[in-house]
Amino acid sequence: MSFVNGLKCRECGERYEIAPVHVCELCFGPLEVEYNYAAIKKTISRELIESRPPNLWRYRELLPLDGEPLTGFHSGFTPLVKADRLARALGVDELYVKDDSVNHPTFSYKDRVVSVALSKAVELGFDTVACASTGNLANSVAAHAARMGLRCFVFIPDNLERGKVVGSAIYNPTPVAISGNYDDVNRLCTEIADKYKWAFANINLRPFYTEGAKTYGFEVAEQLGWKLPAHIVVPTAGGTILPKVAKGFEELVQMGLVEDRPCKIYSAQASGCAPVVNALHRESDLIEPVKPNTIAKSIAIGNPADGYYVLGAVRKSGGWGEMATDKEIVEAIQLLAQTEGIFTEPAGGTTVAVTKKLIEQGRIPRDEAIVISVTGNGYKTIEAVNDAVAEPHQISAKLSAFDELYANLSQEPAKQAKSA
Amino acid sequence: MAVQVRIPTPLRKFTAGKDSVSAEGESVAKVIEDLEEKHPGLKARICEEDGSVRRFVNVYLNGDDIRFLDNLTSAVKNGDELSIVPAIAGGL
Repeated sequence: MSFVNGLKCRECGERYEIAPVHVCELCFGPLEVEYNYAAIKKTISRELIESRPPNLWRYRELLPLDGEPLTGFHSGFTPLVKADRLARALGVDELYVKDDSVNHPTFSYKDRVVSVALSKAVELGFDTVACASTGNLANSVAAHAARMGLRCFVFIPDNLERGKVVGSAIYNPTPVAISGNYDDVNRLCTEIADKYKWAFANINLRPFYTEGAKTYGFEVAEQLGWKLPAHIVVPTAGGTILPKVAKGFEELVQMGLVEDRPCKIYSAQASGCAPVVNALHRESDLIEPVKPNTIAKSIAIGNPADGYYVLGAVRKSGGWGEMATDKEIVEAIQLLAQTEGIFTEPAGGTTVAVTKKLIEQGRIPRDEAIVISVTGNGYKTIEAVNDAVAEPHQISAKLSAFDELYANLSQEPAKQAKSA
Repeated sequence: MAVQVRIPTPLRKFTAGKDSVSAEGESVAKVIEDLEEKHPGLKARICEEDGSVRRFVNVYLNGDDIRFLDNLTSAVKNGDELSIVPAIAGGL
C-alpha cells in the first residue's frame, strides 16, 4: 500500500499528482514526494524494520512506491564501520565510516536512488530508462536496467575514468559520451528527456530518485542503535544526498523511531569545485556556479541544482562546510585505505580530508560521535591514485631473489600504514 | 537580432506547444522582454519580480551559462540560440 499523497513544489508549495514530472510549472522549483506521515506513524516501528531483510526496502513506508519494489533487493544496508584506527590518526574518540563503497551491485550510493527510481519507472509504465551521470549513476542505472530487462541509455562526460566507462558498458546500455563537463551533460539531457520521454533517473524521476538517498541516513541511525550521530560529514555534488540525509533524520524523529538530538551536518567539496562551500564561507544565500577543475570527477558539478537545499540543511543543523585540494584528497584516500582497509574514490577522499580539516579547525569536537560518508569505490578511479602508490617489487621466481629483496627491505626504515 | 529560444516542456503552454520560438533583442534581458510580448506569462516563470533569473532556472546562450557571461546583459547576435533549462540533480 502507498503512503504517498502526491508531489509538492519545494519552493512555492504547488501540488501535483504522481507522475514523471520534476519541475514546478509555476516557479521551476523541484518537486518532492509528500507522504501521509500520520498513517505511516501508525504502521512503522523499529521492530517492523528490523524484521525485514537488510536492504533499503526495510524502510519502504518512507519510500515513494505504490506497488512492490522491483530491484535493489541487495542494495543498501551497507556497513557502518567503527573506524578506530582512523579515529586515532585524526585524534578523535568515536568515528564511523558509512561505507557505500561496497553497495550492491555497483559499489556506490547510487544503487539506493536507482533502486527506487527504476522500480518507480516500471510502475509508471516506462520501458526505457536513462540518466545524466558523472559515472556512478550510469553504472547503477545500467546494471539495474540489465537485471530488469529495460532498454537503457547513459549519458556521461567524455573525460571519465576508464573504470566508470567500462563499469557501464559491461551491462550493454547505449552509452553516450558528451564533450564537456557534467553541467554540459546535464543541460543536454534535460532537453533529451523533454523530447524522448524516457525515464531519466535524475531528471523526470528526480522526486522519486532523491527519496532513495534518505535510506543512507536511516541506516546510519539504525546502525548506531537508533540514534542520530552528533556529527556527519557528507560530500556535495549536485546536492542530493546531504539534504536527503537531513530529511531522513527528521523523518525518523517525526516517526518516533529516534530521539531528537542535535546532529550537525557538514558539506565536503573539492577546492576545484566548491560552489556550495564557498557560499557557506561567504555566508551568502547565492550560489555562484564554477567551472570544475578537480580529480574528484564524481563531485565536479559547478552548477549544483540542489545546492540551496544543502545550504539550508547545513545551516539549520548548525554545521559547516570545507573543501580539500586534489593533493589532500589523494592523501586522504590513502589514509582511509591504510587505517581502515577501505578504498574509496576521490569523493570519499574529499570527505575524509574535509573531516580532518574540520577537526583541526575545532569545528568538530574530538569527543563526540562523528560519521564520515563514503559514497563510492576507489577501484573505479585508480587513475586518481595510480602515481601515489608504490609499484610492486619485481623479482624472479627464486627464493634467493626474495631473500635478497627482504634483506634490502629490512634495512629501510619502517614504512607505510604508520599514519595511524 | 533574431534568436531562437528553446522552450522547456513546463513552459510550452505559453508557446502553443512549440519547443522553439524566435525572439528579438540585443541582450538576454531584451530577448526575454520580447518573449513576454509575444507569449504573455513567460517572463514571470523565468524571472523573479525584480527581473533576476529564478534560482532553479538556468539560461544558456549558445550552450554557455549566462552567469559565466554578462548574465542578463549578455549581448546576443543574429542566429544565436538561447536555452531555458530547469536545474537537475546529479553527481557523486
